[in-house]
Amino acid sequence: MVPEELTRLSAVEARRRLDRREISAMELADSHLARIDRLEPRVHAFITVLDGVARAQAEAADRRIAAGRSQPLTGIPVALKDILCTVDAPTTAASRMLDGYVSPYDATVVARLRAQGAVFVGKANTDEFAMGSSTENSAFFTTHNPWDLRTVPGGSSGGSAAAVAAEEAILSLGSDTGGSIRQPAGFCGVVGLKPTYGRVSRFGLIAFASSLDQIGPFARSVEDAALLLEAISGVDRYDSTSVDAPVPRYATLLDSDIRGMRIGVAREYQIEGMDPGVEDAVGAAIDDLRRLGAEIVEVSLPHTEYALATYYIVAPAEASANLARFDGVKYGLSIQGDTLLESYLETRGRGFGAEVKRRIMLGTYALSSGYYDAYYVKAQQVRTLIKRDFDEAFAGVDAIVAPTSPTVAFAIGERATDPIQMYLSDIFTIPANMAGIPGIAIPCGFAHGLPVSLQVMGRAFDEATVLRVAHAYEQATEWHTRRPEIDAAVAQATLSETLDKDLHGRGE
Amino acid sequence: MKLSFEEVDHVALLARLGLTAEERERMREQLSSILEHIGRLQELDTEAILPTAQVITLQNVLRDDEVQPSLSVADVLKNAPQQEDDMFKVNAVLEES
Repeated sequence: MVPEELTRLSAVEARRRLDRREISAMELADSHLARIDRLEPRVHAFITVLDGVARAQAEAADRRIAAGRSQPLTGIPVALKDILCTVDAPTTAASRMLDGYVSPYDATVVARLRAQGAVFVGKANTDEFAMGSSTENSAFFTTHNPWDLRTVPGGSSGGSAAAVAAEEAILSLGSDTGGSIRQPAGFCGVVGLKPTYGRVSRFGLIAFASSLDQIGPFARSVEDAALLLEAISGVDRYDSTSVDAPVPRYATLLDSDIRGMRIGVAREYQIEGMDPGVEDAVGAAIDDLRRLGAEIVEVSLPHTEYALATYYIVAPAEASANLARFDGVKYGLSIQGDTLLESYLETRGRGFGAEVKRRIMLGTYALSSGYYDAYYVKAQQVRTLIKRDFDEAFAGVDAIVAPTSPTVAFAIGERATDPIQMYLSDIFTIPANMAGIPGIAIPCGFAHGLPVSLQVMGRAFDEATVLRVAHAYEQATEWHTRRPEIDAAVAQATLSETLDKDLHGRGE
Repeated sequence: MKLSFEEVDHVALLARLGLTAEERERMREQLSSILEHIGRLQELDTEAILPTAQVITLQNVLRDDEVQPSLSVADVLKNAPQQEDDMFKVNAVLEES
């Protein structure tokens, strides 16, 4: 197979060809690393590319495959959001705060992939400490959306989403606290799934909000996402919030028959300010589900409008506690002052970016004496109401569909100076985190030349139903076969830059 | 409902965040604005509602109190900005009186 064909493979197809020895893990790794090399000057999906590690893993994978001991992910190129700890590469959380940090342990999900013989092509860019909706808050650089390089890939797992969309990796892992897998999956036209809270171990995930964070897969097909979900799911003794529930063979449960299934559409998700193109594409997707035999039922989630406010108390509050550990004492940036207090103020003042500081401040305020009841307790009470809305809705439907975001990917810089505008990108994704339920984002069309995404949510630990609805829709439509014309865009951008230099460079 | 500079300074100290004058000003504006949006939660009657601390129903996840292998001292100290005698070195915590 030629390199372009190798990077176009799905995980399922790559597995087949690897096991039949039609291709080698080394070829697969090389083709992806070469593509990364070519596209990265424009896409910037990776903070660290792992050539050496990937090739060593590919070599080991080939030996394993030859010995007949392959597992689903043996030899498959995967990108890891740089908020997951890895022993053989730096982990930065896209922050100066973790300058030079190399974790002494692997995150559990990383260890599970490593044990299967997956190939880690790189640590993907993210908003700093996973706080953001555009990857513009990375302390290093922003990632560019492969569908239109002037736009954001979404966030916070923008690098993970872009890498898969641009075929720099077949699969990737991200994390989702308020939408950070689903929203970038939507903006980048790929599949992204946030599992049920407790489905996947958070050990080794640099914590943002401990009651909301979940690690999940990005892929170019629902089947591939199911494969990766299965590999990372399951109880872990190092994470006391991981639940000891059986892990279904998700990829084997994807039948496309959704006839008779009851699928809810919440009236509260039809908001003002939604892009009409997005509204149309999502509406058409719901019609498609109806045509596939599902019964579309109107449901009500009355507290939806309060989810954003609730999130922006709970998440920052938990973040303020989780980020207290970054103090320059045990690792990372360390600026020495004359006193301990000065060292803390200087280190944290210079180590954290603006958005991170904003959220730490918000959270600290909400938890401080005199405000704790009015803000934090109140928010957790409203959270109960939000969860109850879903419990009541799921008594009558098996899944709930909604847009993933109110708009398509916006231009880089467009929302960077208005925090509230930025926060609004997550209004449809936040409720699932508050309720702890699973949600998947799948491509369902285009508006203004950019991907539109449909979100499917389900009951806790019912990823199987969520995947089934998503798979049925995917198989009945063609959106998942579309790829960004990134090679042309990269060539064009390089050409423009070269011409620009020729015309203007000489006057310097 | 605008935060005062005193409140911003108080919270920044609690959070051990050193802010520049510009950051302090911007923080006051932005936090006040966000808190105003968040204030709408007060519209809801939550009198009889229990707060959700966590969405799963796990309780007391325990293991036997047996010593198990953990990180080596070398691993623990490998990223240490300053170390001495197998310990992390810090500024004095207690002041001379």
